[in-house]
Amino acid sequence: MKQNFSQQLVHQVKHFPDKEILHVLIGQDYKHITYQNLIDGSLRFQRYLDLKGVEKGDVVIIILPHGLDLIYAYFGCVLNGCIPSIMPYLTEKLIPEKYRQDLEALFRITQPNGVITFQDFLDEIKFLTADNQGDIAIIYIEDIDPNSQVIGQEGGLEGFPGLERKADDLALLQHSSGTTGLQKGVSLAHQAIFNQLESYSESLKLNSQDVIVSWLPLYHDMGLIAGFLMPIFLGIPLVLMSPFTWVRAPYLLFKAITDFKGTLCWLPNFAYNFCAKKIRPRDMADTDLSTLRAVINCSEPMRKSSHDMFSEAFKHYGFNPSAIATSYAMAENVFAVTQGGIESPVNYDVIKLIPFQEEKIAIPFDNDGQEIVMVSAGKPIRGTEVNICDEKENFLPERRIGEILIRSNCMLRGYYKRDDATKSSFINEWFKTGDYGYLAGGELYITGRKKDLIIVGGKNIYPKDIETIVMEIEGVHPGRVVAFGVFNDQKGTEDVVVIAEIEDEYVDRINDIEAMIRAKVTKESAIALRQVLTVNKKWLIKTSSGKIARALNKEKYLKEIDQDY
Amino acid sequence: MEKSEITTKLQTAIAEEILNLPQKKIDPNEPLISSGLVDSFSLVDLAILVEDTFNVRLDDTELNSDVFDSLSRLADIIASRM
Repeated sequence: MKQNFSQQLVHQVKHFPDKEILHVLIGQDYKHITYQNLIDGSLRFQRYLDLKGVEKGDVVIIILPHGLDLIYAYFGCVLNGCIPSIMPYLTEKLIPEKYRQDLEALFRITQPNGVITFQDFLDEIKFLTADNQGDIAIIYIEDIDPNSQVIGQEGGLEGFPGLERKADDLALLQHSSGTTGLQKGVSLAHQAIFNQLESYSESLKLNSQDVIVSWLPLYHDMGLIAGFLMPIFLGIPLVLMSPFTWVRAPYLLFKAITDFKGTLCWLPNFAYNFCAKKIRPRDMADTDLSTLRAVINCSEPMRKSSHDMFSEAFKHYGFNPSAIATSYAMAENVFAVTQGGIESPVNYDVIKLIPFQEEKIAIPFDNDGQEIVMVSAGKPIRGTEVNICDEKENFLPERRIGEILIRSNCMLRGYYKRDDATKSSFINEWFKTGDYGYLAGGELYITGRKKDLIIVGGKNIYPKDIETIVMEIEGVHPGRVVAFGVFNDQKGTEDVVVIAEIEDEYVDRINDIEAMIRAKVTKESAIALRQVLTVNKKWLIKTSSGKIARALNKEKYLKEIDQDY
Repeated sequence: MEKSEITTKLQTAIAEEILNLPQKKIDPNEPLISSGLVDSFSLVDLAILVEDTFNVRLDDTELNSDVFDSLSRLADIIASRM
């Protein structure tokens, strides 16, 4: 590995200029992009950034739909020595006002120096031109001439600012979704990312026969690292399609695996269920999945039932069930913390339910009482250590459940311009993940989360964001709303439930209010609610300090209301 | 099949099979996709439902609110292809 992103990309271009590194599905067809094409396209952006006065070390937010411009814009930032961060694109469901609020939250904290977007987006970023925002370069892709010849063949790969970045300079920022997530940008240095790529590729046994196929969004760590930067920097061909395409036509993923002889694919847990249930045999003629050596489950709670459903559905198409693999990952560690299922099949730990729930201990099941199946996330990758601690921050032995701590050579530098959040995330040099789990046989099992985070289809949802939206509705008692996730076995992911207390004078309008809650939450967070429940005053349980207790109310809901789970 | 019959069939099938809210009466002009009532993960189910019920195929690229957003509009598309 070289010192920085630009040097690593240039290294690949110099050695393999004609190698097709990217196959990007645009409309019905694939565009095949060589390293030379990639750097040519990216240098157009680099030159334009330079022209607009954006300098090395500047943060640039990229807001573009999936496609070649997004890819070129990203590497244009890299080559210009900038720190790129991809922001989710406005979807049709989300109302512009809410999206604008999220953007403003991001810009307020991050204070970027540039934005790359396109002219249709002008209205959404108008606030940037207001006086209080300072100097920010707005770059429209329409202004960048796609036909301009950027570099000469000789010596054209030298002289741009990105090559001068130091190994410990920041390389990129990574945000998760929602207002809360956007205010915590994970900042990562070049060296940390390269350390991750080296260790992770060892764990994966990545080799020259591999082909990665991905539909994952690039604003998410799984898509950005496993499904974008790793293959491009290491010379592994990458087949890329848009998440919007995939969700409407999941069979295209399997067609891509067949056509390009895909070997590796990352999926969030829900996608195993989704693929298994929503594929029609007619679309699967000539599908051959025998080339797949790992389909890696990552980024939301993993279930054995999802793995079984996937294996059963696709074994007729040559899928080898031992290719199911697992990983525990987070942007704060660049990506992977652990990896399992590569050299040997994924381990499942069958444990006793009662001691697990009541004593926080994972005792192997001995045919007595109730059991629960835990999915192994595998062993830590080289350079990353995992430890488990109790509430008093004492390290726990194997099979004791506590908070997962990590220490590594690929750790975040901090949350960008949020020293407060960075500081509170560490105990000495150990990063507190906020997830619960245990170690057994050196492998990590994730059991739950300390934070009230809900994960829907791999996307992080902060309950507070949803509750804030609901509290704005007339008739809803302010401060008396709770949102939480309930696992749905059919879908393989969490459903979001909202419970809201209604003012007495509005009880005859609860149907309208429920409909309004659904519509408003969807428009402002792009989440479809599974159930909206309006209740009378005093239904919700509060803590002694007067806060709504999410966990207790979820328990009450499961006991009193929901019969399906 | 008359449009009204298509609409009635869609009302029942979508409420039961996609929304999992069998008591819900979907208004024919109510926005389905832009309102989030039918989320993006359910669009494939909707296409499969339409194909199984009416033997009409919706293309992947048609599964968005620009092509149809209400039951009424969806029923028009189905009627025109039967």
